[in-house]
Amino acid sequence: MRRMLSAVAKPFSETTGLARWMLVAGVLITAVFLIAAIFAPWLAPYGFAQSSAHGVEFPKVGHPSSAHPFGTDRLFFDVLSRVIWGARTALEVVILSILFCVVLGVPLGLLSGFYGGPLDRVLVLIMDALYAFPPLLLAIVVSFLLTDVYGGSVIAVSISLTVVYIPQYFRVVRNTTLSAKEATYIEAARAIGARDIRIMRKYLFGNVVHSVPVLGTLNAADAILTLAGLGFLGLGIQSTAAAEWGHDVSRALADAGSGVWWTGLYPGLAIVLLVTGLTLVGEGLNETLNPTLRRRRLLAVVMPPRDRTPVQEVQR
Amino acid sequence: MSTKPDTSSDTSSLVQVRDLSVHFALRGGSLARLFGRDTGTIKAVDGVNLELRPGEVVGLVGESGSGKSTLGRALLGLVPATQGSIHLRDQNVAELSRRRLREIRQVVQMVFQDPNAALNPSMQVEEAVGDALRVHGVRSTTERRTRVVEALERVGLSPVEHFLNKYPRDLSGGQKQRVVLARAIVLDPELLVADEPVSMLDMSVRAKILQLMLDLKNELGLTYVYITHDLATAKYFCDRIAIMYLGRVVEIGPAEEIFDHPRHPYTKALLAAIPEPDPDKMVPRDLPRGEIPDAAAPPLGCAFHPRCPEAVSGCGWESRDLRALVEQHWMRAGTAYDEEQDVIGDLDHLDTPATTATLGRGGSDRVRAVLDRIRAEDPHEPLWSGVTSIQPDGSGVTVRFQEADSPALRQAGGVDVACVLYPDSSSSPA
Amino acid sequence: MSIDLTDEVVGFSAQEPVISARDVRVWYGTTKGAIRAVDGVSFDLAPGETLGLVGESGCGKSTLGRGLMGLLPEGAKRDGEVLFRGRDIFSLSPKAAYQLRGRELGMIFQEPLTRLNPLMRISQHFEETIKQHEPDLSKDEIRNRALEVLRLMGIPPTRYRSYPHEFSGGMRQRLMIALTLVLRPAFVVADEPTTALDVLVEAQIVQILNDLRRNFQTSLLLITHNVGIVAEACDRVAVMYAGRIVEQGSVADVFKNPQHPYTRELLRSTISLTTTGLNYIPGAPPDLIDPPDGCRFHPRCPDAMNVCAAKDPVNIARPGGGRVECWLVGPEEEIPSAGRQALEQEELTVVDEA
Repeated sequence: MRRMLSAVAKPFSETTGLARWMLVAGVLITAVFLIAAIFAPWLAPYGFAQSSAHGVEFPKVGHPSSAHPFGTDRLFFDVLSRVIWGARTALEVVILSILFCVVLGVPLGLLSGFYGGPLDRVLVLIMDALYAFPPLLLAIVVSFLLTDVYGGSVIAVSISLTVVYIPQYFRVVRNTTLSAKEATYIEAARAIGARDIRIMRKYLFGNVVHSVPVLGTLNAADAILTLAGLGFLGLGIQSTAAAEWGHDVSRALADAGSGVWWTGLYPGLAIVLLVTGLTLVGEGLNETLNPTLRRRRLLAVVMPPRDRTPVQEVQR
Repeated sequence: MSTKPDTSSDTSSLVQVRDLSVHFALRGGSLARLFGRDTGTIKAVDGVNLELRPGEVVGLVGESGSGKSTLGRALLGLVPATQGSIHLRDQNVAELSRRRLREIRQVVQMVFQDPNAALNPSMQVEEAVGDALRVHGVRSTTERRTRVVEALERVGLSPVEHFLNKYPRDLSGGQKQRVVLARAIVLDPELLVADEPVSMLDMSVRAKILQLMLDLKNELGLTYVYITHDLATAKYFCDRIAIMYLGRVVEIGPAEEIFDHPRHPYTKALLAAIPEPDPDKMVPRDLPRGEIPDAAAPPLGCAFHPRCPEAVSGCGWESRDLRALVEQHWMRAGTAYDEEQDVIGDLDHLDTPATTATLGRGGSDRVRAVLDRIRAEDPHEPLWSGVTSIQPDGSGVTVRFQEADSPALRQAGGVDVACVLYPDSSSSPA
Repeated sequence: MSIDLTDEVVGFSAQEPVISARDVRVWYGTTKGAIRAVDGVSFDLAPGETLGLVGESGCGKSTLGRGLMGLLPEGAKRDGEVLFRGRDIFSLSPKAAYQLRGRELGMIFQEPLTRLNPLMRISQHFEETIKQHEPDLSKDEIRNRALEVLRLMGIPPTRYRSYPHEFSGGMRQRLMIALTLVLRPAFVVADEPTTALDVLVEAQIVQILNDLRRNFQTSLLLITHNVGIVAEACDRVAVMYAGRIVEQGSVADVFKNPQHPYTRELLRSTISLTTTGLNYIPGAPPDLIDPPDGCRFHPRCPDAMNVCAAKDPVNIARPGGGRVECWLVGPEEEIPSAGRQALEQEELTVVDEA
């Protein structure tokens, strides 16, 4: 438990200056959305697809008021509630897709890098082909293909995002595996008679997944944007299935001309803030976990005058 | 399952290596790879015979590129044999299936050169040592722990509790090498292949680790293959020594005989290269020139002849030696490099090994004159004795060399030597 | 504790020293405190003289070499006085220090390949190096100078237009030495120049370094962990332990009559062809963030006395020439009455091993 705590605290204690502020700001912003997502049923005044309360219908495109701080939209929905519920949708989709990516991409990268040969060539070809597609286009195509199966659900969108981002996980893990498998400790594992599976699981895995957390947070930010893009094009989640910011922004498009600003502003702001927060966390983590970028906090050296008395160190 | 029952019937030996060759395909340029063309092979080990008797320490000594590490790895089946056999008692390691190979690793274990790289950085000591047991089917955690603790105590890592939960990064070099040794002995092996186990360690720690290895050998009845480039530690450590050069054994015999009467010029060179800390015992040294050549295109004849201070006419002189000689000449002070270079022209084509070499572009007489000048500088240079003819050829000359085969290992005194200076003296086999 | 050793430069007292270091300290900043890697080191180096710096890893040899060159990582500090031909190089401006490096102060590193640009021909390396410090030289003059140095290093002139990857490991190290020497620096630091090389090549390079003084009149600080190399290639030796030079003097005398127990044990633990038994020094060099009080070697020293743990040893003239820091040698008058008694040491276990 203590080890876990110190592992969590490590990025904060080991960073300096800008990297530290980026990390702190990112974590704070992300935490707000995380809380909104988890406690949405209690935080949101109404449901995401609720158009009346206590038998009273909500106004259509109603101005922000005390009953509806962010106003209502043209489907009579409360904008504040939809923004809060939207956080839940966004995080559900992102977490699911990252989970799929890690569960599939990491083992495939390990296998590909470890064995090489025809398996590696085929996998690299497929992954490179996926990577070459524009992300949004690929996500649209996959959503189309999945319409019949999961039609507009959270699962369907998560799978389309997985297809978009999995090549990155595969490539990162494959490349680190390629260099790690040449290490003497891998040969030593062979020398004690370990099977390939065991070498990959016990000797390679722990040494090649270092970059996955950073990749995960950076991709999460990107995935939020792709998700919003899908929703904006009407290919994401339906308004009645879940609250989704991109889709709300797209519906607000028609309002903008008639001076209705609140239906578009709040969902849009949520997208921008969450993307910024996740990017800051990712970059901050990158600077602490990536040894080539890391700068440790060194204690300044103070040399005592000409004798060998004990020294005092002062924190910089 | 043995293909050569005659060799495995010898029960007194633990390992019998017969005519072992390990060749690696060379990865050529991108174009060659694109078309799948074969771009040559490196003969890392080339026709080696070696016998290990139980309880003995055999040293494989040579520079990097001599094939000593490859030979050591072949004993564990970590690199596949191209030809020949390695009999571990009655099993031919060179032909075993992967599954059986994993099993013999209970009997043969390995210690690596770099203790910093030989341990998984994300495994604690207990797991690192215990994993060898896991792999070989010891499922019970308590049994594993008992055996790990026992192994760690044997290698002197006590108090054991202090080390069980340490990561490699928390240990010093000597401590890491002790963990590597513990991992190797925890399976109760009979043979330990130690690949330069002390060369990465500090001088003050080397003796400690060597002493530990000697103690382990006595306590556990181990047999060692000690791979090293350092004859000083080999002298202290080994019963028998095989000197290797470019994939072949050039001299093999009892350690005392090798050190008291080194025969092969390469052995003498390795001995001369060891710096002696006692200023009184220092002697002026005649070092061999150059470095170990490219294994993909080894020298014709005896592989050591280009560097050999004792070379004679029948060593296998060839075009590349002529190039080296001309370049050597230009390195002397006061030679007219620019003018002579004009006469001789480009030397790059001499890099293709051949016993005839055509060179020069400034007229055969002038080329001949340059060669004569080079010869006059050092008339005793053995290359000239290997020249059969020098004839004019167009605007240059053609130099022909005496052809020679690579010398085979032959008995000389108490050892076997592969050198033309030691022709087969006795026809009676040992 | 400033040390006066102006009259102690063995055998070279007639000449003004090229490098004269007094009480040099180099400390590194870490997250835990300052590592006192070099902590009060003084030595002199005469023109054309080779000084071998030996010791276990982690005793500050490399740090001293880099500190003299001004090649230290961020967070490190140095002080003391290093006179190069009478100029204090520690107090130079960064620009003046840069001018001096390469031209007057050279450095040879352990791994030559990483220091050569793979896309540049050898000729271009020489042109760039020489042009930086002597911009007026013509291409022909540069070529002549480069070929002359290459010749002394045993590299044929036909290789002048080759690329670094066409050379073998030993040739690359010769190239690096040639590139360092082509500017004819007065002082060169060679940091473990042969460690990455094969035995025979190592011996060749040692011979080249040995010939340096004859060919170039260069003063060399040769950092190595191999006492055999010091015996082969050096005039004088400085034995370093835990940030201090504990003994220095002529190689012949120090190796024959080591005064400091550390020197003696280091020599005894070296395995050579004449070795008849395995000896080693128990324990490991101390943590330099918090080194032991008194003599830093006392926890490992077989001859430790009570005074060794209590008082810093005094730097005194060594019988036979040179300097030594050990209470066994003296000064007698500063040892307290019970100081001569053998020290009761804690037993060293593998826990403390290097």
